[in-house]
Amino acid sequence: MMLRYALTRFVSLFLSLAVASVVIFLCIEIVPGDPASAMLGINASPETLAALRAELGLDQPKLLRYFDWVTGMLRGDLGISYTYRAPVAEIVADRIWVSFPLAVFALILSTAIAFPAGIWAARRRGSFGDTALMGLTQLGVAIPNFWFAVILVLIFAINLRWFSAGGFVGWDAGVFAALKSLTLPAIALALPQAAILTRVMRSSVIETLDADFMRTARAKGLSAAQAVRRHALRNALIPVLTIIGLQFSFLLAGGIIIENVFFLPGLGRLIFQAIAQRDLIVVESVVMLLVFAVIVVTFLVDLAYAWVDPRLRQRS
Amino acid sequence: MMRMVLGGGIALIFALAAVLSFFWTPFDVTVFDIANKIKTPTGLHPFGTDHFGRDILSMIMVGARISLAVALVAVGIGMGLGVPLGLWAAARRGGWVDELVMRFNDLVFAFPSLLIAVMITAIFGASAFNAILAIGIFNIPVFARLSRGAALSLWSREFILSARVAGKSSARISFEHILPNIANLLIVQGTIQFSLGILAEAGLSYIGLGVQPPTPSWGRMLADSQTLAALAPHLVLFPGFAIILTVLGLNLMGDGLRDMLDPRLKGIRS
Amino acid sequence: MSLLSVRDLKVSIGAIEVLKGLSFDVSEGKILGLIGESGSGKSMTALSLMQLLPKGSLCAGEARIQGQNLLDLPERVLCDLRGSEIGMVFQEPMTALNPLQTIGDQVAESLVMHEGMGWRAARLAAREVLRKVELPPEAFPPERYPHELSGGQRQRVVIAIAIACGPKLLIADEPTTALDVTTQAQILDLLARLVREEGMGLILISHDLAVVSNIADDIAIMRHGEIVEAGCTSDVFANMRHPYTQQLFEASAHQPPEVSLPEPEALLKVRGLTCVYTRRGSLFQKPVETRAVKDVSFDLFAGESLGLVGESGSGKSTLSRAILGLQPVRSGSITLADRPIDGMKTHRDIRADLQVVFQDPYGSFNPRHRVERLVAEPFWLLDAAPQGQERRDRVTEALEAVGLKADDAQRFPHEFSGGQRQRIAIARALIIRPKLIILDEAVSALDVSIRAQILDLLADLRGRFGLSYLFITHDLHVVRSVTDRVMVMKAGQIVEQGETADVFASPAHPYTTALIEAAPVLRRTA
Repeated sequence: MMLRYALTRFVSLFLSLAVASVVIFLCIEIVPGDPASAMLGINASPETLAALRAELGLDQPKLLRYFDWVTGMLRGDLGISYTYRAPVAEIVADRIWVSFPLAVFALILSTAIAFPAGIWAARRRGSFGDTALMGLTQLGVAIPNFWFAVILVLIFAINLRWFSAGGFVGWDAGVFAALKSLTLPAIALALPQAAILTRVMRSSVIETLDADFMRTARAKGLSAAQAVRRHALRNALIPVLTIIGLQFSFLLAGGIIIENVFFLPGLGRLIFQAIAQRDLIVVESVVMLLVFAVIVVTFLVDLAYAWVDPRLRQRS
Repeated sequence: MMRMVLGGGIALIFALAAVLSFFWTPFDVTVFDIANKIKTPTGLHPFGTDHFGRDILSMIMVGARISLAVALVAVGIGMGLGVPLGLWAAARRGGWVDELVMRFNDLVFAFPSLLIAVMITAIFGASAFNAILAIGIFNIPVFARLSRGAALSLWSREFILSARVAGKSSARISFEHILPNIANLLIVQGTIQFSLGILAEAGLSYIGLGVQPPTPSWGRMLADSQTLAALAPHLVLFPGFAIILTVLGLNLMGDGLRDMLDPRLKGIRS
Repeated sequence: MSLLSVRDLKVSIGAIEVLKGLSFDVSEGKILGLIGESGSGKSMTALSLMQLLPKGSLCAGEARIQGQNLLDLPERVLCDLRGSEIGMVFQEPMTALNPLQTIGDQVAESLVMHEGMGWRAARLAAREVLRKVELPPEAFPPERYPHELSGGQRQRVVIAIAIACGPKLLIADEPTTALDVTTQAQILDLLARLVREEGMGLILISHDLAVVSNIADDIAIMRHGEIVEAGCTSDVFANMRHPYTQQLFEASAHQPPEVSLPEPEALLKVRGLTCVYTRRGSLFQKPVETRAVKDVSFDLFAGESLGLVGESGSGKSTLSRAILGLQPVRSGSITLADRPIDGMKTHRDIRADLQVVFQDPYGSFNPRHRVERLVAEPFWLLDAAPQGQERRDRVTEALEAVGLKADDAQRFPHEFSGGQRQRIAIARALIIRPKLIILDEAVSALDVSIRAQILDLLADLRGRFGLSYLFITHDLHVVRSVTDRVMVMKAGQIVEQGETADVFASPAHPYTTALIEAAPVLRRTA
């Protein structure tokens, strides 16, 4: 059952990827003029333009180029960056090791804060502590992460000098040093997400606390705390999983901004620079990579659903 | 109720400031006054001045105009396209229209709003219009999904069956019976999306993909003053407070509205 | 020596007094039936004995079990008692079980909590408990999840959880209300058997006098938070000292006045009707087809009241939707006065002869419209719908016909009680003077006394306006008292039809026999 479910989800993962790649490809195709003239600007001489067109393969039919692009990606060949004069795959490979750890770090932070906080508030619903925490989350949701990042730098880097104000020391400098240079960015990214997740967790737990099966559990002789631990939490997790999945994509995308605040050499800065230099090959590849990550995470969340919820395993 | 008044009040102040900025601001934001650059708050400049000597209060007022307009139009796009799509999908539940709308939703959800913005700017260049487009596109599936889900649960209700027995078409039922009954949900979600839109606009302008200089915008002000933050924290604090207060006000209003409009919270059945 | 003795039990929630001093006793091996209509406080009684009242409720008085007063015990001791000494079964088997845990583990958990067993031993023991509630592990592996079981089977699991540790007292709150009649009979048998075999005391809470009358040793009748009459079942039924008891009894056995029938002339003709549901899976799966109605044929005569009886899943709802022109027809035909009904393509002139009243008096109306607009909705079917004063007059006329007042037209549906709303629904069905009204479980959600009034109203209207009824219900008693002919439906087919009196007196199909035997019957003397 589980296997069959996983397979159907896998097919839909594959379809989503295929459709997303077509959409991204078409988006780059509808650039006014063509990608080559967009990249070189209006002052380009006809010769350089023709040379770039040939280099990019723009003289070939669209369908062929799409298949070249897709098969290239499957082989790990993302093309050559026009501005960096280097294979895009190599540029991207370096940067993934900044962006993904940052997103994962932030996700761990946000769940580590949100789970206990949400459960704590739900069990004290209506109390002063609950109201105060909910007020705090309202504030957390309202704070833009890049502004929070600037404030963090002001306090912890400039005044207290606990962290450096930006840059990434690289994994060669040791895991601890590398993580330390990702700490402030991860906190900045995680805070608003933690606030949202706390609210979701709280309302989800409250909903399961009111469920009929909780009454059955109490009638069985479980204390209120035991009933929450054994029956409410797993049930409450189901809606929370969806949000965690969505948050991962927000965190990846949010990285585009945060990496710019902290001058981190990640995918976000890469895409930002590529836009400034109109290097469409890089934009196309990085967007596809991020969308790929989002779709894969959605797939994993679907699997996690089935693991938590036996009803899903059976359906489909 | 208190939350709604408080939140609505805060949002209203910013809306009024935005409207006022069309007619009057304390100082002209297009004029540089280098002699008075980076002044800390005084009676004359209650929020201080920036690195070109422009009055921060005046810039925040003009910035409110941009932020609110961008977010409002983006929510308008999302509701205007998303709600009819969702209602249509629900009316044809299980059919190919429904399938198509849902798959479209999934597809857009795979592109975080910031990525949509990045793509659009990469293709057409950065502008306020493209920021609106990016945030608006992201809002479509939000409203489509919400209205489809709410409409689906109504379609199985008996009063809808009665309307069908009375020979009414699905389109008429959608607008006469379903839309008014999901309006509450849409209003609440609308306020939330509105506040998210303000955050998104600020983020896009901050990295230079939104409103272009010299038009002042809150995100842009933060980006311009970031390097001076250690020297003059007020440059960073006031635009940040403007964003936080507006978003907070809208969220409080949304929460208050939900409590007020949600019949489930009233009259608990025994 | 009584097992549980309750004295002057009072519960209030906020300023509202829900229970106003109840006193009753339950003996070992005996069944006490606690009967009341909605709002009588019978569920609150159960929750106060379990000490699981909603937050903010105050509880006073005495409830002694084996010398201990439940109302005084600290939470820690109560946890030990719940599930081991007192077990409880709830109304909604569909939601009473944790959807993420296997049924075996949910039963075993009671044993782990109270008997000091490890999980391995508890799981083994749970198999035997499940066998006791007739879910033998060979046929129903304890590794199953609740969603893999039917409603009746889930209710057995809930019972298994409650009796796992051999409690002295079992409280069952409307344990069969959500179930079909045949399942209801099986669950009641099971409860009676367990009481006999295990020597438990059972408090059986129900709104249905008939359900309780057959198995309870003692009966207590509740109204507005008080017990109005109590005693040995046969005594209570024989004497009926309190007027409310009489009223309840008469309403339960209510027989509306008969309507004389004209010469039979077929109004609705259904021939070889088959309806199919298609459930689409994901993109690559073949759609799954379910034949909900299979080759059904029957006639409904003008002026007649025809009953359609079936349990949930029998296809009776699909059949009614097809007749209403809401459900596409796969094959066969439906004609109303010789004009075809064909799904959404049905002509509006035909629809104008056909109206419906649904079960749920809460869900039948758009909560945002006033009664006038709600009642006038079927005018949409007329080419020349009355306007202005004429429209108001017609609405007033319809409201007065169902016993409401002209002023009610300006009110909103939530301002009315359940019974009144059902009257509004009937007014809406009447307003364009249809020939046929389909009553889809129209009285099932109502309390007995209200139900009796609505049945009277329907009988009266049928005579006055020359209506025909198709009466769809799972309640055999209603069918017996208000229909001329009856059809019995099972698995999409009509297995028996005939004069109501004949079918009840000598059922031909074994399923009809089973249904009639399962239906609880109220006898004057038990």
